[in-house]
Amino acid sequence: MAKEVSYGDVLQRSNQYSQELETEKMSLSMGPSHPSTHGVLRLQLELDGEVVTKCDPVVGYLHRGDEKIAENMTYNQFVPYTDRLDYLAPLASNVAYAIAVERLADLEVPPRCQAIRVLISEMARVSAHLLGLGAFAMDTGAFTVFLYTFTEREKLYTLFEELTGARFTTSYTRIGGVARDLPEGWLKKVEKFCDEFLPVLDDVEKLLTRNRIWMDRTSEVGVISKEDALAYGLTGPNLRASGVPLDLRKDKPYCGYENYDFDVPVGTMGDCHDRYLLRMEEMRQSVRIIRQACANMPDGLWYADEAKKIFAPPKDKIMNRMEELIQNFMVVTQGPQMPSGEVYFEAENPKGALGFFVVSKGGGVPYRLKIRGPSFCNLSVLPKMAVGNLVSDLVTILGSLDFVMGECDR
Amino acid sequence: MDLLDILFIVFKALAVVVVVMSLCAYTVLAERKIAGYIQGRIGPNRTSLPFIQAIPVIGPAITRLGLIQPAADGLKFLFKEDVIPGHVHKFYYCLAPVLALVPALTVAAVVPFGYVMVDGVREPMVLADLDLGLLFIFAIASLGVYGTILAGWAANSKYPFLGGIRASAQMISYELAMGLSVIPVLIWVNAPGAFGGFNLFHIVSAQDHVWLILWQPLSAFIFLIALFAETNRLPFDMPESESELVGGFHTEYSSFKFGLFFVAEYAHMIIGSAVFVLLFLGGWNPLPGVPLNIDGWLGSFLSINIFLAKVIFMLFVFIWVRWTVPRLRYDQVMRIGWKMLLPLAIANLIFNAILIAVIDSF
Repeated sequence: MAKEVSYGDVLQRSNQYSQELETEKMSLSMGPSHPSTHGVLRLQLELDGEVVTKCDPVVGYLHRGDEKIAENMTYNQFVPYTDRLDYLAPLASNVAYAIAVERLADLEVPPRCQAIRVLISEMARVSAHLLGLGAFAMDTGAFTVFLYTFTEREKLYTLFEELTGARFTTSYTRIGGVARDLPEGWLKKVEKFCDEFLPVLDDVEKLLTRNRIWMDRTSEVGVISKEDALAYGLTGPNLRASGVPLDLRKDKPYCGYENYDFDVPVGTMGDCHDRYLLRMEEMRQSVRIIRQACANMPDGLWYADEAKKIFAPPKDKIMNRMEELIQNFMVVTQGPQMPSGEVYFEAENPKGALGFFVVSKGGGVPYRLKIRGPSFCNLSVLPKMAVGNLVSDLVTILGSLDFVMGECDR
Repeated sequence: MDLLDILFIVFKALAVVVVVMSLCAYTVLAERKIAGYIQGRIGPNRTSLPFIQAIPVIGPAITRLGLIQPAADGLKFLFKEDVIPGHVHKFYYCLAPVLALVPALTVAAVVPFGYVMVDGVREPMVLADLDLGLLFIFAIASLGVYGTILAGWAANSKYPFLGGIRASAQMISYELAMGLSVIPVLIWVNAPGAFGGFNLFHIVSAQDHVWLILWQPLSAFIFLIALFAETNRLPFDMPESESELVGGFHTEYSSFKFGLFFVAEYAHMIIGSAVFVLLFLGGWNPLPGVPLNIDGWLGSFLSINIFLAKVIFMLFVFIWVRWTVPRLRYDQVMRIGWKMLLPLAIANLIFNAILIAVIDSF
């Protein structure tokens, strides 16, 4: 039987001949290895022609049991696992995790450490948004934009490598500080990157923003209403694009974000084009924050010196002094000593609010660590959005949601 | 016709096929190189042969330009395992790539690419000088769609199936606009009441003084857009849609069969560019208003080269557009075809017909 909805004569006629002409819906499995499902998302689609009538996201292909793993290792040992949550912005995940555990210990880190953390979080945001935008553009066929953004991301990765020793899995933070101080002259390089980066962003804007085809493909496609966005627990750029000005950096400042001057862009429509514009603007705002952080980088220590039972002291002190040697031995073997209690902390990560719920019964190992992955919540709206769109639109929507499966599946 | 004549014709045919095929190969290289430069990359710059590398200066330069790359690409298609998946309709599956390439090469037979002097009269340099030239091209080139549909159908798999459906709808839609857009050209080229024709050589001769792109810009515009759609190039690469349908109609193809599709796409592009140059860009006339008045061998040589240069320029435009714009959506492609290009083409035709009637009546 054909549907009740009237498309005019064609449908009426097909109703008349429904005995002879039977239409059938096609089921199509999109993913887990499909170029536009960014990682290992699988969509179980039901298609009427090319129109999606049902969309079931199947998640879990990248499930590694990170939360259970956390219960079997010390707090510092889990830092590398946070790299693999949002693997497009590992630095931001590192920072969010470190702050969560520090809240548990009620530990205040020095201003220099805070500034470094803000700086690297924003750099991670730029890097993640660059990839998100590039992949989004590539999904709609604009391959050149992808390579433009990747060139810039490459420069960022070179900076990350100099800072942390790794390009991808940075593992830069420790509970109570960061792994090492900024290299000499590194801030100058970051500022130089900012100067070079903004013109490229303008180039991308020239290629896309007012491009007729890009507008046709993205505007009024995949609209998420304000109510839906709130009801499905969306966070980050996807929520703000729907017109909810929620940004944890402004609303619940952490890490000294209240000292920085930046704006929170908010969308009006909640369509794919809004999400694109919003990410473009967020990158510009992040550059503002990066510039401020570079200009006002405080001097001093990059770790909480007084937290003897949490942060292992720098290597040169360990080698020369007895007390520091003992301290290092205790922190490394027993883990950072936490009081018992529980804490929930959310940070505004590139994909949305990344939350860590840490339950401690004392000692160096968490009793339970729950992770709230923003990509998982952002994807939950997909079954509702996808219905009624074409397959091509689905690809656009996936690109605009900018999820990362490492964080979704954990 | 004795044996020598037949041999000569076969030789000419082979020469044209070889030229078109090698042009295809180097268009692929150009595509990769130009894409590289557009995207701030270098493009292919590694492939080399030992004895070429040994030549000082020129050898490394050839390597850097990637001039050996097409040979490597072609050989790769030949040497890879030719997988025929178990679920395909084998006969149609094998037939489809052939059907895709044959029309493109057949069309090359009637495309004139220069002129020769025979007994003091200019004759087109062409394999088959058909009076129906243009009509023949449309008729045969549109057969190319069968290769695509058949590939999508025979692969017996969902993604190619969607690609095949898109391809058939798109190519049929744009053929209408394309056909209608050249009629104004023909009614201007052929004097009223005179014995007209679709002969491409005749159309080029008519552009000795005014190129038709200047005289009929709207026709040229519609034709160009339809050409993009017919050759499945971005922004109209619906059947392929790499990021949606994962290659579309040729998802299930590998090795040489895939290579045939690949070459067919570029062959269509080259023939399309050639037709556009002949119809609108004055063929082998060097500049608008400046006809090529040199006769003899030099004239023939120049005519071929000017024509090829223009074709290469058109190919560059194809590549340039591909790496600049995003892809349209399927329904948008259909909308542009039926609701914008087709009415525009009809209006253009009617306007020109009325204009000619008015001019005639004075």
